[in-house]
Amino acid sequence: MASEQQLQSIKSSKVLMVGAGGIGCELLKTLALSGFQDIHIIDMDTIEVSNLNRQFLFRKSHVGQSKAKVARDAVLRFRPQINITPYHANVKDPDFNVDFFKQFNVVLNGLDNLDARRHVNRLCLAADVPLVESGTTGFLGQVTVHIKGKTECYECQPKPTPKSYPVCTITSTPSKFVHCIVWAKELLFAKLFGDKNQDNDLNVRSNDAASSSEHAEDVFERREGEDPGQYGRRIYDHVFGYNIEVALSNEETWKNRNRPRPIYSKDVFPNGFIQSNGNADKVSVTEDPSSVSAMASLSLKNPQDIWSLSENSKILLEALKLFLGKRDKEIGNLIFDKDDQLAVEFVTAAANIRASSFGIPLHSLFEAKGIAGNIVHAVATTNAIIAGLIVIEAIKVLQSNSNNCRMTYCLEHPSRKMLLMPVEPFEPNKSCYVCSETPLSLEVNTNSSKLRDFVEKIVKNKLGMCLPLIMHGSALLYEVGDDLDQAMVVNYTANLDKVLAELPSPVTSGTVLTVEDLQQEFTCNINIKHRDEFDDEKEPDGMILSGWTQAPSKEKDDNVAVSNGASTSSASQSTVLEAEDDDDIEIVPTELAFVSAGAKRKLSEISNSNSSAHSSVGDGYCGEKKEEVVDEEDVVVMLTDGNSDVSKKKRLQ
Amino acid sequence: MQTLLTLRASPTEGEFVTFESNPGNPSPLRNSSTKKKKKRLRLKMDGEELTEQETALYDRQIRVWGVDAQRRLSKSHILVTGISGTIVEFCKNIVLAGVGSVTLMDDRMVTEESMWANFLITPDENMWDGKSVAEVCCDGLREFNPMVHVSVEKGNLSTFDGEFYDKFSAVVVGRCSLATKKRINEICRKRPNRIAFYSVDCRDSCGEIFVDLQNYSYSQKKLEETVEFRLQYSSFEEAVAVPWKSLPRRASKLYFAMRLIEKFEQDEGRTPGETSIADLPNVLKLKKLLCEEQSVNESQIPDSLLERLLVGNIEHPPVCAIIGGILGQEVIKMISGKGDPIKNFFFYDVMDGKGIIEDVSTPESS
Repeated sequence: MASEQQLQSIKSSKVLMVGAGGIGCELLKTLALSGFQDIHIIDMDTIEVSNLNRQFLFRKSHVGQSKAKVARDAVLRFRPQINITPYHANVKDPDFNVDFFKQFNVVLNGLDNLDARRHVNRLCLAADVPLVESGTTGFLGQVTVHIKGKTECYECQPKPTPKSYPVCTITSTPSKFVHCIVWAKELLFAKLFGDKNQDNDLNVRSNDAASSSEHAEDVFERREGEDPGQYGRRIYDHVFGYNIEVALSNEETWKNRNRPRPIYSKDVFPNGFIQSNGNADKVSVTEDPSSVSAMASLSLKNPQDIWSLSENSKILLEALKLFLGKRDKEIGNLIFDKDDQLAVEFVTAAANIRASSFGIPLHSLFEAKGIAGNIVHAVATTNAIIAGLIVIEAIKVLQSNSNNCRMTYCLEHPSRKMLLMPVEPFEPNKSCYVCSETPLSLEVNTNSSKLRDFVEKIVKNKLGMCLPLIMHGSALLYEVGDDLDQAMVVNYTANLDKVLAELPSPVTSGTVLTVEDLQQEFTCNINIKHRDEFDDEKEPDGMILSGWTQAPSKEKDDNVAVSNGASTSSASQSTVLEAEDDDDIEIVPTELAFVSAGAKRKLSEISNSNSSAHSSVGDGYCGEKKEEVVDEEDVVVMLTDGNSDVSKKKRLQ
Repeated sequence: MQTLLTLRASPTEGEFVTFESNPGNPSPLRNSSTKKKKKRLRLKMDGEELTEQETALYDRQIRVWGVDAQRRLSKSHILVTGISGTIVEFCKNIVLAGVGSVTLMDDRMVTEESMWANFLITPDENMWDGKSVAEVCCDGLREFNPMVHVSVEKGNLSTFDGEFYDKFSAVVVGRCSLATKKRINEICRKRPNRIAFYSVDCRDSCGEIFVDLQNYSYSQKKLEETVEFRLQYSSFEEAVAVPWKSLPRRASKLYFAMRLIEKFEQDEGRTPGETSIADLPNVLKLKKLLCEEQSVNESQIPDSLLERLLVGNIEHPPVCAIIGGILGQEVIKMISGKGDPIKNFFFYDVMDGKGIIEDVSTPESS
């Protein structure tokens, strides 16, 4: 029970919650029970069925409604006297500016993506409002407190970035199922159902090798009056048969690899594929196009089953037919969505056929959906625990008791007998470009890189800015905003297509650029260094930002892909398996790297220190990259991300 | 933006392979209200497939613990007695997880006080007038997951005969007297099939969980080989009888403090939790006595901690969420056979922020 004084600081506080999902529901409930009376909550999402197993404020009848609003109503049922202000909106909207943030005593994050977290971090820094940050995945979770000037900010430590795969691994030499998924989702699905004008590497390679007249045309274009079944088989034979044959003709590629097997529809269906006998028409009874399913029309029920090559082939052709027949209006605009049953079926089947061709084990629809949709593993218990910990830290912050704030990890396997492990917060990273004023430096070929490349690859992707403004001295090179006049827009658009050295105010070696985000009220300086050559494979952006270390990519399977002789030009590009937004967080603390990539340094020590024999499970979860400093009475565990600057990190106090 | 982890094998993949299963508990739904529910349940007991509805609802958690664990959960039956904020948090968690049934016992009438830390009771008196805590909470919990059967049983569990217990896979006891804990735990131990016993208590900003899984085995796959673990638990009575002297010097101070308060309440004939700062002098006398008897230094039980526990008889909602979450996780682990269960105490104190496991077992059980 809170003390009188504690209760008073709780009652008089005004808090902002960002996110009303897995953590958010638990957090709003615990805040209300704890006596908070003025809570604002932002969430842009609407409720989905797969949320209901843990977002306990929502019911099936709420599916499709605003999370923030339904959560508010649910909590008011047991605490009707408090004020909850919901916003069904994106936290990145300009309405939520620094002034908006300034009205709160503390901001509590229950977010599901890195981008929004970085944005909120900057606004909290600019508004000088403490931030309690959180994340969960499965049984693992973390709560961190960020107070300007006292503790590190969210961006003081580099965060892992999405995994990307070199295009040639995806198009020519897949070795893992995930490569087949990326191919099916980003290339085949996008080619058939997405924006026709997008660049797509699916076709290129086959034509490179043999630009016979037959294949010079766009094979993916449905011919006039072509029957859907016919069209499907033509696509099938092209991507799984012909393309593989062409790839096989390049002997160099297969010197050290298993050769793939071309698959033609006639081999899979020696007696000819009998289309589902009008079964597809039966589903037309349901008006809702989202309920169209190839599995249903083929009477395959269990998403956990692994289908045979023939079943996958049937699903693929059936799904294609259903898209053409029932959802033709969407074709050309479709983007893969993990909640789109037919899209998941199509991608699963295509990935499995490709996997079969390359001798890669096949997977069930359930598994494929998890990979393709990048689905977060989430359970209610972890979210409840993490929400409790957030409230405890928030109360400390409100009582100006920030010296007692802790970063807490929720572990799956006990470490030093602990399931909840508090760690003293780290002090700010002096070279953090976000919370300190340390300039960044950028190596770039100023004679060939355009301003557009700089804006896209650096300012937006790396620096996470929404409304950037770029200045060279007092000269404005670029700006985004609603209130710009026409002449300026024209001017800026023209600048985008100029190489850096030819801008009205030329950017060359030694130039210092100032990049500012007006909404985030965040500015940083970038020192430009000219460099002629970049390694296509290792430095695919053609520019290197430093002064701020990007977290290392965790999967090291990319280098194999270099050798495909045919893919010189496109090898430098990479395909990103984009995360779909889900309602829960899955940023795993960099500090706690759950998947073994490197040496399990301290594992043995941790195991030995566990007094209960069963708890020393050696799967490396807690062991990796953890440095422990043990005081006699008070056990303090320091977690580091394994960077070289580990020793520079100091505990507060 | 979050690909890294999920591109890996799912956390549960290949981690655990087999589990010595609890022989199927018979369904407790003897008086089940609707035929439809009975039918659904029977189908689930025989068939081994989850329904489409279940697959869609439980998608995210199946990715954590697997289909097999989900199936075991749906066949499990949990009995809960002594409803507090922590217990409500626990119930919410297991109802969401999709256990087969939850049976609630608590005949106390709802009062203003029972609303504190309990999000299942609305301030609208018409909603709960004349109803017991269990009845009101039952209505609320049902809404969380229509696939879980939530019901109320009247009476005092510690006086029920053993056969009543046989329907359940686990019995969870909220704050209650030392004698009640011992008795219910003993009954669980005497039944032919294992019934897991859990007790939980939160005071001030501290929480305690006790676990008795009797003989529990599970295997885990470590790298290439499968390792079998066997755990031998002590009963609550056995555990609290372990001489304090034999415990590690740095054992949780909360353990000793809770035993002291528990004994104080028993000696004074108090309802658990009915304490105040006025009791401090007598509690300190008892502390001196106990510490001498057990040959431990009095500094093992700080006065300030005792003070907090005596005064803080209303639960702290964030601690309810944390302890209810850990307890939910433990019951899910036990039913699914996945993960290392706590042996046999868990403590959490906001003051130091640690959530720590202590093994307090008789020598043959450790």
